[in-house]
Amino acid sequence: MTNRTRTLQVDYLTRVEGETSLTLRLEGDKATDVRLSIFEPPRFFEALLRGRSYLEAPDITSRICGICPAAYLMSACLAVEDALGVQVDGPLRVLRRILYCGEWIESHALHVFLLHAPDFLGYPDALSMAKRHGEWVQRGLRIKKAGNTLMSILGGRSIHPINVRVGGFYRAPSRAELEAHLPELRWGRAATAEALEWMAGFPFPAFERAYEFVSLRHPSEYPLLGGRIVSSEGLDIPVHGWDAHFEETQVPYSNALHARRVGRGAYLCGPLARFNLNFDRLAPEVQEAARRAGLSVPCRNPFRALLVRLVEVLHAFTEAIQLIERYEEPAAPYVDTPARAGMGSGATEAPRGLLYHRYTLDPDGAIREARIVPPTSQNQLSIEDDLRTLAPELASRSHAEATRLAEQAIRNHDPCISCATHFLTLKVERA
Amino acid sequence: MARARKRPTLAVWKFASCDGCQLTVLNLEDELLALADAVRIVHFAEATSASRKGPYDVSLVDGSITTPQDLERIREVRRLSRRLVSIGACATAGGIQALRNFRDVQGFLSSVYAKPEYIATLATSTAIADHVPVDFELRGCPINKRQLLEVLSAFLQGRRPDVPAHSVCVECKLRGNVCVMVTGTPCLGPVTHAGCGALCPTYQRGCYGCFGPMETPNTASLARAFQAAGHSEAELVRAFRNFNANAPAFREESERHDE
Ligand code: SF4
Ligand code: SF4
Ligand code: SF4
Repeated sequence: MTNRTRTLQVDYLTRVEGETSLTLRLEGDKATDVRLSIFEPPRFFEALLRGRSYLEAPDITSRICGICPAAYLMSACLAVEDALGVQVDGPLRVLRRILYCGEWIESHALHVFLLHAPDFLGYPDALSMAKRHGEWVQRGLRIKKAGNTLMSILGGRSIHPINVRVGGFYRAPSRAELEAHLPELRWGRAATAEALEWMAGFPFPAFERAYEFVSLRHPSEYPLLGGRIVSSEGLDIPVHGWDAHFEETQVPYSNALHARRVGRGAYLCGPLARFNLNFDRLAPEVQEAARRAGLSVPCRNPFRALLVRLVEVLHAFTEAIQLIERYEEPAAPYVDTPARAGMGSGATEAPRGLLYHRYTLDPDGAIREARIVPPTSQNQLSIEDDLRTLAPELASRSHAEATRLAEQAIRNHDPCISCATHFLTLKVERA
Repeated sequence: MARARKRPTLAVWKFASCDGCQLTVLNLEDELLALADAVRIVHFAEATSASRKGPYDVSLVDGSITTPQDLERIREVRRLSRRLVSIGACATAGGIQALRNFRDVQGFLSSVYAKPEYIATLATSTAIADHVPVDFELRGCPINKRQLLEVLSAFLQGRRPDVPAHSVCVECKLRGNVCVMVTGTPCLGPVTHAGCGALCPTYQRGCYGCFGPMETPNTASLARAFQAAGHSEAELVRAFRNFNANAPAFREESERHDE
């Protein structure tokens, strides 16, 4: 627009999980300063885990985030099992995937229907959106509930499930318990396909970025639990190679660490990365639905992550239905996991992206050292870069419009601030 | 056109937490639209970009107090709220992050590797009621949906919430569970506040106390039972020092076994 300098300031970003503010300084149509300042108080989980039993790692770390507790439960279990040299396979692994499908459904549906869709339709929230689009809000809630119910059947409850343990589960559900939920899952699959068609017609800003995408990749599955870490720039490493290829740094204005590729810089994980790197692993009918919604690989428009999330919900319904139809009850709900010294790492795909855990255990199973890298600290730099790239568009709009677009651009990545501020560093001020 | 009836206003606030307890509001999938009809949700940052200034009829507060700024903010929230209900283990007992209260904070600091000067935080994580008067405390990590609805409707109707103060054992008996203690599995059920429907024993697991202490719990007697079953002092400390570590009854019992 002009050479005018102005500052967009959002003191408390809404419709995201946690507390963050945004400062964006525009000079002409250049962004000279972009700061996503996460001011949510850190909770020091890595320090709190020291000296706790290896069996407690899943339950304790799940409290990092109430929206994706299964991701924490699963990454912690995989990392601890890796340290113990234990493999969990067969029906127990199937149950883990079903639980994880439930989480993808509830978390993505929450984001898509209640938090993100209102941006595209110009509402401050889903409740006001319900006045004109009540049918869709209601369906969104029911889709979300179908995911939560799946989590409750397997985990006892959807927020902080109690039934997950290192080695498997405390109690394996019966076939009948899971089958009873099949009709609702089938309804959810159909409703999600319709929602995808509807939202494909939303106005998506024409905006693309050349991200380096990072996600897990599994030989035969769309990535959920384990696999190798791959990127669109050719990275292909086992999970325990994370530390050699990624690093976390601290910046003065944020309570969350920033992760980057060693020697490369910003990258993106999450639905867009999974979709682009694993399109061939989606169920064939889901690939087809994605194409019908106008999505193809590569998809580099972060605003379209809304659609990609729905594609993943559709996949999660499809996969959960298939897994339940084929489910054989395990002989025992968990494999034995006697304590021993070791170091292990584990990664899974949280709804928002790669979640990496690493533990060092003492011979009695006490945790000596813990490391947790959640998706949002990995995506922060990319989110800031999105805003930099969006600067000319922001500069051409009124202050209110520009602020709204900037917020929407952050919401594209569904940042989870509680996850990002779990970390170790601490400055003490005496109360 | 008839004027809209005056609905009470509801605000939801977040302090240091995992968001799980406020998410419970959004997880009221079947009731959310009806709730939004009965009350005006005028501040709820996780759910809406619209925010109205107080005063508020009812405020729900999730999370604990861990920074100097939040100490100020909770006083402001209290000032603006006619009724203030703290929800969850974080808000009612300091949450899992209160494990820091038991650490030698200097030792903690020496483990710092980066740039601690960027972050301001208090040495402790404490409950909302430690700082301002609270009208009701709803326990759980996370809170239970049905109990939340009961508390909300009670405050809207101007009565006391009917949330039983007995132990998880009572719920366990009502469900007809076989007690897991008979096989030597330690269970905090006898001293833990009801509300979850005895979830863990139903899944063949011992209760780990996520709803915090019940009214007048006999923690010493439970500790003796754990010892008799062969559990070490360190295990006892860990059992009581968990998601409600800073709740006085659990804190005191853990300290008794922590030489
Ligand atoms: S009490 Fe538990 S569920 Fe609730 S906010 Fe705190 S950690 Fe999350
Ligand atoms: S299993 Fe636990 S909660 Fe149930 S009766 Fe026994 S001690 Fe009480
Ligand atoms: S049984 Fe205990 S630990 Fe389990 S959900 Fe209930 S209160 Fe929480």
